[in-house]
Amino acid sequence: MTPFQYARANDVADAIKQIATDPSAKFIAGGTNLIDLIKYDVEGPTRLIDISHLPLRSVEPTSAGGVLIGAMVPNTDLAYHPMIEQRYPLLARAIMSGASQQLRNMASTGGNLVQRTRCFYFYDTTTPCNKREPGSGCSAIDGVNRINAILGTSEACIATHPSDMCVALAALEATVHVAGPAGTRTIALADFHRLPGNTPQRDTNLEPDEIITAIELPPQGFSANYSYLKIRDRLSYAFALVSVAAALELDGDTIKDARLALGGVAHKPWRSSAAETVLRGERANASAFARAADILLHGAKGYGHNNFKIGLARRAIMRTLAQAARGTPQSNSDKKIR
Amino acid sequence: MARSGTAKRVTRTATVPEKIPIRLTVNGSQMELTVAPWTTLLDALRDHLDLTGTKKGCDHGQCGACTVLVDGRRINSCLTLAVMKEGAEITTIEGLARDGELHPLQQAFIDHDAFQCGYCTSGQICSAAGLIAEGKARTPDEIRELMSGNICRCGAYPNIVAAILQAMERS
Repeated sequence: MTPFQYARANDVADAIKQIATDPSAKFIAGGTNLIDLIKYDVEGPTRLIDISHLPLRSVEPTSAGGVLIGAMVPNTDLAYHPMIEQRYPLLARAIMSGASQQLRNMASTGGNLVQRTRCFYFYDTTTPCNKREPGSGCSAIDGVNRINAILGTSEACIATHPSDMCVALAALEATVHVAGPAGTRTIALADFHRLPGNTPQRDTNLEPDEIITAIELPPQGFSANYSYLKIRDRLSYAFALVSVAAALELDGDTIKDARLALGGVAHKPWRSSAAETVLRGERANASAFARAADILLHGAKGYGHNNFKIGLARRAIMRTLAQAARGTPQSNSDKKIR
Repeated sequence: MARSGTAKRVTRTATVPEKIPIRLTVNGSQMELTVAPWTTLLDALRDHLDLTGTKKGCDHGQCGACTVLVDGRRINSCLTLAVMKEGAEITTIEGLARDGELHPLQQAFIDHDAFQCGYCTSGQICSAAGLIAEGKARTPDEIRELMSGNICRCGAYPNIVAAILQAMERS
């Protein structure tokens, strides 16, 4: 572990000023991922700027009819917030299917977005990893890659983004509010995370001197017909092999609008507008769901140990869409998949 | 073969960051301590305050043995920097009993033989105290799901769930 200095940020402006003066500094909020990475010597900031006390803890309705979530709202508080439980239950279920209650109590909304991959080789500093050490190679491509990506990969990296929350945020078309030295800007969640390409060391399009201040949800929450299904190696407290966020707006059994996003399969939450378009105007049935699954998984490629993910994802997509159409979302405590 | 003594000894020139004085309320008592920035709350409790009831298992947030309550909420003390909790109220396993009476969860764990080696137990009990305070779990399924952050390698899970159910009913 590299010894580091510690300082608190008084407000957002102070946080931006502090990070600008020290390129080897990092923000810390919940710390659930960063402290772990520091212990493993994967990250070695020489200074931590504590943003956990910033007044970014409110969940408020917006004038547009949506909701604005402060970046420091703990994951548990967000999942249990009445406005989220009632209007955006897909988000609440996704959050509650990730990590453990202890970690959800600590982890912040903003931090969840910038958590790093759990690829075994990223964590193992004795092996090459282009994300940890650009240019050193990818150990996962020919290694133990059961947990790795099948979509949007590159020769440089087949890591996945580990978040469940972000999969729901992608399906709900959330927007990320950020602040930096040049002022504030918003980034659509779909554009927030990057594909690995030749620069897998960059997970997101957030600049190093920027800070996430809030996440905005649009009005449509798909609270009647949604489901979040997470498939993993144990029934709780494990990262997704495949997860699916499905949300439908139905008129009778005809699909008026559809959202579909995958977790555990790519370097970012995986969506395809074509897969959603093909569902619109169709009857909500297995053949329509299968067409959407095939489009969403188009180009999927296994690397050996993770070949099973392609078939698993197809079945999980169809099952999750059926759960959403029936109005019987997957339960987080009853593990039976119906 | 022993190395010759010609290799240059490397001396660290970087300045080691200074320790920081903090105040914590631990099990109702005001504590003042001085810690390095990287000292976790777990190490502060065990090594600075001699409260060794909180256990270090994996030290990476994967086992739950280090669970304590911070301002009434359960967290992993191994992934928490002590300096970030300046002014907070910490409750550890040592702070649950009142006036010589075991906490209902401690009694329930004894009643149901909810442990074998006992290493995870203080984390299990602190986590269960947080669970009961949250008020979200009603059924055994819900208890299992919301206690999944506490691993018991002896596999005492059925007894742990039974113990928590008993304490929930009596609280």
